[in-house]
Amino acid sequence: MVDFFNALLDPDLVFLRNALLLGLIGSLPLGAVGTFVVARRISYLAAAIAHSVLGGIGIALYCSEVLNWGWMTPMLGALSAALCSAALIGWVALRSQQREDAVIGAIWVTGMALGLLFISRTPGYIDPMAYLFGDILLVSTSDLWIAGGVGVFILAILLLWHRQIVAVCFDAEFASIRGVRADWIYLLLLLLTALTVVILVSLVGIVLVIALLTLPPAIAALGARSLGRMLSLAVLINVCCIFLGLALSYQFDLPTGPSIILLASIVYLFAHGCRRIIKV
Amino acid sequence: MPVICFDRVSFSYGRSQIIEDADFDIYQGESVCVIGPNGGGKSTLLKLILGLLQPDSGRIQLLGASPRQARARVGYVPQQIDFDPLFPVSTLDVVLMGCLNRSSFGFRPRQDLERAMHALEQMGLTHKAKAAFASLSGGQRQAVLIARALAGQAEILLLDEPTAHVDVAAEQRLLASIRSLEQELTLITVSHDLAFVSRSVPKVLCVNGCVHVHPTQELTDARIRELYGRDVRMIRHDHEHLDSHAGHQHD
Repeated sequence: MVDFFNALLDPDLVFLRNALLLGLIGSLPLGAVGTFVVARRISYLAAAIAHSVLGGIGIALYCSEVLNWGWMTPMLGALSAALCSAALIGWVALRSQQREDAVIGAIWVTGMALGLLFISRTPGYIDPMAYLFGDILLVSTSDLWIAGGVGVFILAILLLWHRQIVAVCFDAEFASIRGVRADWIYLLLLLLTALTVVILVSLVGIVLVIALLTLPPAIAALGARSLGRMLSLAVLINVCCIFLGLALSYQFDLPTGPSIILLASIVYLFAHGCRRIIKV
Repeated sequence: MPVICFDRVSFSYGRSQIIEDADFDIYQGESVCVIGPNGGGKSTLLKLILGLLQPDSGRIQLLGASPRQARARVGYVPQQIDFDPLFPVSTLDVVLMGCLNRSSFGFRPRQDLERAMHALEQMGLTHKAKAAFASLSGGQRQAVLIARALAGQAEILLLDEPTAHVDVAAEQRLLASIRSLEQELTLITVSHDLAFVSRSVPKVLCVNGCVHVHPTQELTDARIRELYGRDVRMIRHDHEHLDSHAGHQHD
């Protein structure tokens, strides 16, 4: 652990500090939005949104290299794809007569297929694994600023609308009767989920970000009586998992994303086990 | 002046006609029961009143406005809510949801808390304010849902079979609480309990495709048979107005 603290202070290891900072910045919106995702039981929608992000990243890389659109960064591509798929999934869930699960599955795989297709057509070697499972070398200082801005935006929206979101998550019909626009609030929650997913994609990757969105709130839910407490606990667990996971990955030369997620999974299993023992 | 006005309202789900040519008024302070067989359109009638469904033809006025405009002034208590028992929410949190409206942004105002606590007090549940909603019994949950409806300062209370999923003791407590609200509100209660109907309300809406309004004392055996389309076996209860078999339906 001492080595890890020394490395954080090393001026040559900027990427490590950036990774830790991104993790800590992301913890707050991840814990907050994740709490509502878990409480409303829409983790599978969040997973579909996260996987469709690869399509946006692939298209952005292709446009940047082949069409010389320098402004089209992978982060921007990811953000656009996440917001579009969230809007589409929201519309399907609320309005469409189609089988919702099939359509969500289609959005999930179409996004991934598009991403792999565009990456394969982009000149130069690009490793899709870096986007799927994260690479801390991908975290740039500009990513930190974007993540900070998006994080503040998400928290501001949650602060303003949290009472309506809680009511819609608990009983959408009653919220509608009270004049709350339940459909819009549900859509807002999906858009916030999309933004949250994008913040941490470069650190833990598309596949693993879902675990970080859902596991800490699920752990928190085991011991929380109110959504407020669940949210605070989820943020705290996120901070701990990201910090310790990064330290472990540095210490034992392990991939960062899987280290963080495995740690969160172990804490989840341990908390579940403890709860069962206490109940017995 | 009527608080609810149905003017030749019809409604169908696809090709299936649920309500046909309903024409009736309900006045301020009235206590009305809605009875009818399953699938007869009772819940649809409540959803039309609330503007959750739009009629195919005819016009509905709620408190002098359209249902969508006025429904925030109506308290609605569903038969049961399909809630997630793992959703971490306290009794007080649930009641506070009754104070919400479209412009409820940011932190909760102090008067919301006062209104929610008053509503809990009306239902005799102040001591359960901090308890997890999922830990309450069926009767207590139903009382909390009534408190949630009251917290919104409702002028009309719609109750959809409030005692359908509670035991006898809880039923008595709930009915006593509901009766205590009759002085303050216009009450519309969907119920299969004809003993409750005969004891509690002077006016009955019989719903089975079409809607007929009767004074409770005119609710005879023949009318019930006509409404339900068959003989219904019922347990006889003590009653004041009903000369026929009245009570819980066991068909």
